[in-house]
Parts: sequence; C-alpha cells; structure tokens
Amino acid sequence: MQEHGFSSGLKAGASIAIGYFPVALTFGLLAKTTGLSLIEATAMSIFVFAGAAQYISLSLITAGVLPALIVVNTFIVNIRHFLMTAALNEKMEPDARWKKALYAFGITDETFTVLATQPRDKIRTSFAAGVIVISYGSWVAFTSLGHLIGASLPGFLQASMSIALYAMFVGLLVPSMKGNRKVVSLALIAALFNSLFYFTGWLSTGWAIMVSTLASAIIIELISRKGVAA
Amino acid sequence: MDAWFWWMIFGMAVVTYIPRAIPLTFLEGCELPEAVQNVLRNIPYAVLGALIFPAVFFIQENVWFGVIGAASAFAIAFTGANVILVVLGTIAILSVYGLWFG
Repeated sequence: MQEHGFSSGLKAGASIAIGYFPVALTFGLLAKTTGLSLIEATAMSIFVFAGAAQYISLSLITAGVLPALIVVNTFIVNIRHFLMTAALNEKMEPDARWKKALYAFGITDETFTVLATQPRDKIRTSFAAGVIVISYGSWVAFTSLGHLIGASLPGFLQASMSIALYAMFVGLLVPSMKGNRKVVSLALIAALFNSLFYFTGWLSTGWAIMVSTLASAIIIELISRKGVAA
Repeated sequence: MDAWFWWMIFGMAVVTYIPRAIPLTFLEGCELPEAVQNVLRNIPYAVLGALIFPAVFFIQENVWFGVIGAASAFAIAFTGANVILVVLGTIAILSVYGLWFG
C-alpha cells in the first residue's frame, strides 16, 4: 500500500463515516414512517447517495408530490456538486476517464470537503476511493440499521449526534484557518451570505449554498488580486 | 410503493450523478483560465463556511444545542486535535449537556 493510498483514504474518511451514522440512521427511521420498505429505503441510499435530497424526497412523498417533480427537486438540490467537482478536478491526479467517472458518484458535501482540504497538491485516485468507500458503506449500512432499529436509540444520544457532520466541517476548516486570513475571510463571507439567504428565504438551501460559495470565492479572489497590484 | 418508486429512484440517481460526473470527466486535460482556477481553489473554504452557518444553530429546536456544539467543535479543533476527536468530543459534550439540561 503506497503512501496516501487507499488505506490512508479509509482513515481520512472515518470521520465522515461517524458523521453519517446519525444522519443515515434517522433517514432510515423516517423512511420507515413514510411507508418505504427496508429494501426501498436502502435502495435510495445505494443509488442516490445524497443526504439532503433524500430527506427532502421523503417529505415530498408524504405530501403526495408527483415523482417527476421530486426528481426535478433532487436535481436542483444537488446542482451545487457541479461547483465542487469542478474545484476538485484541479486537485485530483489525472487518471483514466472511467475511473474518474466511477469515483464521481461518491462526491458528496462531506467527501468533497475532506478531499479538498487535504494539505497536498495532488490527491491520488486510490486515496479518494478509500474516503468514498468508508463513507458510502456507512451511509448505506446505517440507512438499513435505522429502518430496523432507529427508534430504540436513546433520545439524548440522537440529539447530541446531530452535531456530528457540522463538527466534522469545523474540524476540517480550523487547521486551514490558523494564520491564514484569506481562509477565514472565505468562510466568513460565505457564512454571512448563506445566513442572509436563510433568514430572508430568498433562495432554497441548495441554491443558497451554491450562490454563497461562489460569491465569496469570487469576491475574495478580486480583493486579493487588487492587493497584489497595489 | 409501486413501480413509480423505482422510476423515481432511477431519476434521482441520474440527476444526482450528472453534476458530480461532468466536471471530473469533461474537464480532464483542459487548462482553465488562471482566474477561474483561483476561484475554484477558494471554493473548499467558502463552501465550509456556508455548510456550517447558519444550519449548525438549528440542529435541535433548542438553539443552545447548536451554539454549544459549534463552540465546542471550534474549541477542540483549535487545540490541533484530529477531525475524529473533534467529532467525538463535540458529541460527548452535547450528550452531557443534553442529559443535564435537555
């Protein structure tokens, strides 16, 4: 096993697997109360692998929304990944197109942030595969488990575990923030934009994250270039 | 659920996969303009800011859950702890809070 290969990927992805545990468990539980069978709930996690979109689809199924509209909504919610995979492409080692097409399936908010914040220039395909395999395994396995036993987890634990993914995002952001004002500004401005969209309701979550991210990335780029010219 | 459910899953899978796959497969070997590359390099940190805030405050009805959780996560992360320790430590702190005040 080479350095920064598959097994280091598994290690780097372990925090996602922990973070997915409560989210997937709750999804499985909610899917059951929505009327999905164990196989149907698990199949959605196997084939779609997109937390927010899957949650929203459950509430839309309950509301009796047309399946075609649920698909359109899924597209709108997930279009932000276009931005992330375009950014990630700059950081991944060049590789055969079929391999990239394969691991593209596993790019979520969480796997993207873990890959994109690795402190090296180029990321190996095998490292990405490790991150994705452990994350995907956790997502699918805990969806099933949630459908089977989710409700029996004590309430205080379910409540405290809802912080897991956000704690992981913080844990990824902070090391890059230290002594780097650009990173602090990027995160801060995107957070402010996204809060504005959240509280005004001008954009739905998927669009709000995408527009806030892009606005912050462009604004900081313009400011830092002006700084160099001055 | 009937056949429509499986058609819906198929549709959801396709529209989720497309935005993930197109940039990785079609941009391979393309040299993007310098300005676009710089903006793309900024995206990971910007997206983390947007993913954390404001959603972290609304993980439970009681806003203090999110506030204490976020503060704990930042505090643990600033000590230089590994990401898994940040996740487990924050869950532990919120469990204690939840048991006493939840």
